[in-house]
Amino acid sequence: MRWLIALLFMAGPLMAEEVVLGLSRDKVAITATFDGSEILVFGAVKREAPVPEEPLDVIVTIAGPSKPVVVRRKERRFGIWVNVDSVEVDRAPSFYAIATTGPLDKVLSNVEDLRHSISIPRAIRSVGAASATVDPQAFTEAVIRIRKANGAYSLQEGAVSLDEQTLFRTSIEMPANLTEGAYATRIFLTRGGEIVATYETAIGVQKVGLERWIFNLSREQPLIYGLMSLAIAIAAGWGASAAFRAIRDR
Amino acid sequence: MQIYLPIAEVSVNAFLLLGLGGLVGVLSGMFGVGGGFLMTPLLFFIGIPPAVAVATEANQIVASSFSGVLAHLRRKTVDLRMGTVLLIGGLIGAALGVVVFNYLRSLGQVDLLVRLCYVVFLGIIGGMMFFESLRAIRRSKSGKPAARKKHTWIQKLPFKMRFRTSGLYISVIPPVLVGIAVGVLAAIMGVGGGFIMVPAMIYLLGMPTKVVVGTSLFQIIFVTAFTTLLHATTNFTVDVALAVLLLIGGVIGAQIGTTIGTRMKAEQLRILLAMMVLAVCFKLALDLLIMPSELYSIGAAEGH
Repeated sequence: MRWLIALLFMAGPLMAEEVVLGLSRDKVAITATFDGSEILVFGAVKREAPVPEEPLDVIVTIAGPSKPVVVRRKERRFGIWVNVDSVEVDRAPSFYAIATTGPLDKVLSNVEDLRHSISIPRAIRSVGAASATVDPQAFTEAVIRIRKANGAYSLQEGAVSLDEQTLFRTSIEMPANLTEGAYATRIFLTRGGEIVATYETAIGVQKVGLERWIFNLSREQPLIYGLMSLAIAIAAGWGASAAFRAIRDR
Repeated sequence: MQIYLPIAEVSVNAFLLLGLGGLVGVLSGMFGVGGGFLMTPLLFFIGIPPAVAVATEANQIVASSFSGVLAHLRRKTVDLRMGTVLLIGGLIGAALGVVVFNYLRSLGQVDLLVRLCYVVFLGIIGGMMFFESLRAIRRSKSGKPAARKKHTWIQKLPFKMRFRTSGLYISVIPPVLVGIAVGVLAAIMGVGGGFIMVPAMIYLLGMPTKVVVGTSLFQIIFVTAFTTLLHATTNFTVDVALAVLLLIGGVIGAQIGTTIGTRMKAEQLRILLAMMVLAVCFKLALDLLIMPSELYSIGAAEGH
């Protein structure tokens, strides 16, 4: 029994702090008028021991479903710009947002980043890239640059506010161009760059109502969907023609 | 008002789509072109994924062409017989075109090929029409009557058929060949093919311009309907919400365009179409020649 208590105490420092998390919503419904969403991530640090000397930092990440992508590079050939080579990036999240309490290189050590794939370059994986081209780094950088430009990837240093080393909150902007899936949400508590506690949950992003119905029909009954699209097109064409004739004849 | 498109998975302004549909619809009604050669690049520009843009555009062209053809039918400016002959060729060509397209995709570089196709065809056709129309306008100003079509090798081919509406008595071989050629190009370039069909009918078959527009629209309906079904069942890229917004604008525009078209002289109509074709060609050529601001592009990985 004493032995067991000793073990608990040894494990103690690792589990001394725990995240209690709240989300303003754990589901995002994509409706016809969906125009992006803002998710409020808030929580508290639960601890049994007194607050340690070293200040606490919080990192929040939300990642969309990962898909392999092909990145192509253009070069001038015979006077015109054409795709000359491509690299397949094995895994790139469709959406990735990080919010932290301070500069990322201060709140997170390189080793921990490598272990947990937290920073944007680490969240992207391109294993096969090295063999295909001389400069695979440029291709992964291009993915980050393009996706940052259209709002899919973001790094907001200092966007997490932390009160009394205990209460933290941040809001993460999700763009209108979301894809469906489970958005992995991770919270990391760090001290001096070392992770002291983690918490993971998921936000479900799903089409609902008419959007859901159209999407399902197009995948499950493609022929009926195609015929329906044509019927709508022909009806609209005939309707407009009839309406215009009615106006002119009057 | 922003609207989320279920298949394209992007959010765009509904009024922008209505406006684009309307604008392209006016052109469609005026010139008898589906407008795909203009709309497809515009959809790329507002951020619709290319595969969805091409497939949905085919669906939208069905609507605007149907609306336009009804107006022409009432005016009896559709040569149904010629349309059917062209259509037979068109469907054969479209099926061939899909095969060619898939083969080229397996080789890569299909984007470049599509762009080069656009530049070359739009350039040749636009240039030809422009200079021909200029000559025609100059002739009509100086008061000399336009020269009647000469008898060419086309007159000597067998399987002759009378096309009363067009006032032609020619072999069916050239129209079928034109249909096939347009069908192939339509499938590769993702358009109805009207901008190729219209000049081919005028210059190769010698049809009167007034009949050409309605007949071209008639043929386009069926070829694009066929393409829509192919895309919907194989690539799942037809976005019905996007199509509805485009076609509401499109059908209204087509009616207005048809009215404008009947009030204009054939030469003026042709020179306007020629200028538009050349403008699109110039823009596409520029994109190929000028160094892009972003050298890298992201595409979905295939076969995974």
